[in-house]
Amino acid sequence: MIIMEDVHFSYEGLYTALRGVSFQINQGDRLAIMGANGAGKTTLIKHMNGLLRPMRGRVFVDGGNASSKSVAELSRIVGLVWQNPDHQLFLDTVEKEIIFGLRNLGFSQEDAQQRCDRTLSKLSLEGFGERSPFSLSGGERKRVALASVLAIEPLVLALDEPTIGQDARQKELLADLLKELNEKGCTVIVVTHDIEFVVEHFPRTIAMADGKIVADGPTRSVLSNQQVLDLCSLTIPQLTQTARALHRTFPTASERCFLLSEVEDAIVEILEGQ
Amino acid sequence: MFQLGRNDLLPLIEFADFSFKYLGADSLALRKVSLTVEEDEYIVVTGPSGCGKTTLCRAINGLVPHFHRGYIAGNVYVDGINTRESTVAQLAPHAGLVFQNPTNQLVTLNVEKEIAFGPENLGVEPSEIRRRVEHFIDLLELESLREKHPHEMSGGEQQRVAMAATLALQPRVLVADEPTSNLDPKSAEKILGILAEFNRKGMTIVLVEHRLDLIAKDASRVILMDNGQIVADGNPREMLSSSVCAELGIGIPKATQIYMKLEKRGLKLGRVPLTGEELSDLVEEASCS
Repeated sequence: MIIMEDVHFSYEGLYTALRGVSFQINQGDRLAIMGANGAGKTTLIKHMNGLLRPMRGRVFVDGGNASSKSVAELSRIVGLVWQNPDHQLFLDTVEKEIIFGLRNLGFSQEDAQQRCDRTLSKLSLEGFGERSPFSLSGGERKRVALASVLAIEPLVLALDEPTIGQDARQKELLADLLKELNEKGCTVIVVTHDIEFVVEHFPRTIAMADGKIVADGPTRSVLSNQQVLDLCSLTIPQLTQTARALHRTFPTASERCFLLSEVEDAIVEILEGQ
Repeated sequence: MFQLGRNDLLPLIEFADFSFKYLGADSLALRKVSLTVEEDEYIVVTGPSGCGKTTLCRAINGLVPHFHRGYIAGNVYVDGINTRESTVAQLAPHAGLVFQNPTNQLVTLNVEKEIAFGPENLGVEPSEIRRRVEHFIDLLELESLREKHPHEMSGGEQQRVAMAATLALQPRVLVADEPTSNLDPKSAEKILGILAEFNRKGMTIVLVEHRLDLIAKDASRVILMDNGQIVADGNPREMLSSSVCAELGIGIPKATQIYMKLEKRGLKLGRVPLTGEELSDLVEEASCS
């Protein structure tokens, strides 16, 4: 679906953000891109819909070289949801915001309206259609930005830090929604620092540091590598911390637990096993 | 450390039946909120998105009602000053706010100017301003960003600059609205460590956060909000193990979740843990008894 070959990029030739990035993302993948602040994650996904073009190397999207396609063509395939919704939203009602993108891509008014209604209900934004995006809370604005892209039903959905400002319930709803889209064939890519969100919901992780990929593989093995965690400025989630602390006192308890039920069972075993 | 003559008999912050509705909004953002905050507290405010947390923050430093206008009832007092009768500038040395979106906060062309901006406007001596600029560049590790334009920085870098600029005001109360949301976990941990240290030295902190895993251990008090109201307020261990959190869909620390699951299975651990280490220690105690 997306292939990058030795992609390099620097901003105005001054600050090098990508230093030779290569990977392949297949249709139906659900993956996370993690890394420290300034590792090049956002720069990378901006290459997927042509907002940025590589200075060296090649990008292929849906079987074709991205360099021969316009941003508008690529946006139909790869929907990008920005980190800061205020850089994306500009109209005075939520509904106009969502319909704007659809109409620009050639959907009829009627079709656009239907897609808009469907998307609002999917994102628990019913009743928000007539409100101004700027009267909404930070978390709600993020969901409107997501809705405006989701309504296009792109083949690939790339989200930059989607969990910022979301409470736990909204995060669960978001994860369910992304899984549902993924099961219908949509390729889902998230850029995030939220390690628990990744461990629970994304089978593949690409770890980046200093403009390069330092690991790419099954999430559990990538994120149990201490060297990768250090390079990416990630800290281990509280569950893993608990498992490690338990393991120090009770060596029979596994230190590699990623799920709540695993740690819970380990404690039950310790307490009832005596 | 903070010397701004004040009436010690008054609470540092007091919300008295305070309600607010943004201009053009259909419903109240805050509904009859009453709250007192005493000196040295470290308060974490949490609740579903859209529940009024950000409005609460803005009401402490006067952005509500002076910048964000709307319908208002009741009063907010900060250091004994009624925020309605004061200006945002007059409130600045009392309450400093780190915005949720750092892009909306940064106003100058580089990091040094950004940090100096607040103290300059408060009329702080130039030599003291220089000291603070260097101190906070060092403390928040901003040396490599010194000459960078805030709009060329990543979201995480902007957040560290916004934090430095607000701390440089040396406010009595630091109000921070999800101040680490754009930061990678290691940088977030560092900033939260710095805030805990300032709190130990006497700065009062009011912090809005969804990620209680990271922050619950530092808090002296947790406030739960829903639909413009404070629905629960108290000790972090009691608050996070209460049924209110589950009803509101608030993400409590994993260690606390496990404790509650064990309790349902009849395994009592005695105290509510907030971190993995605490949970592990409790299991050790329980296994020895």
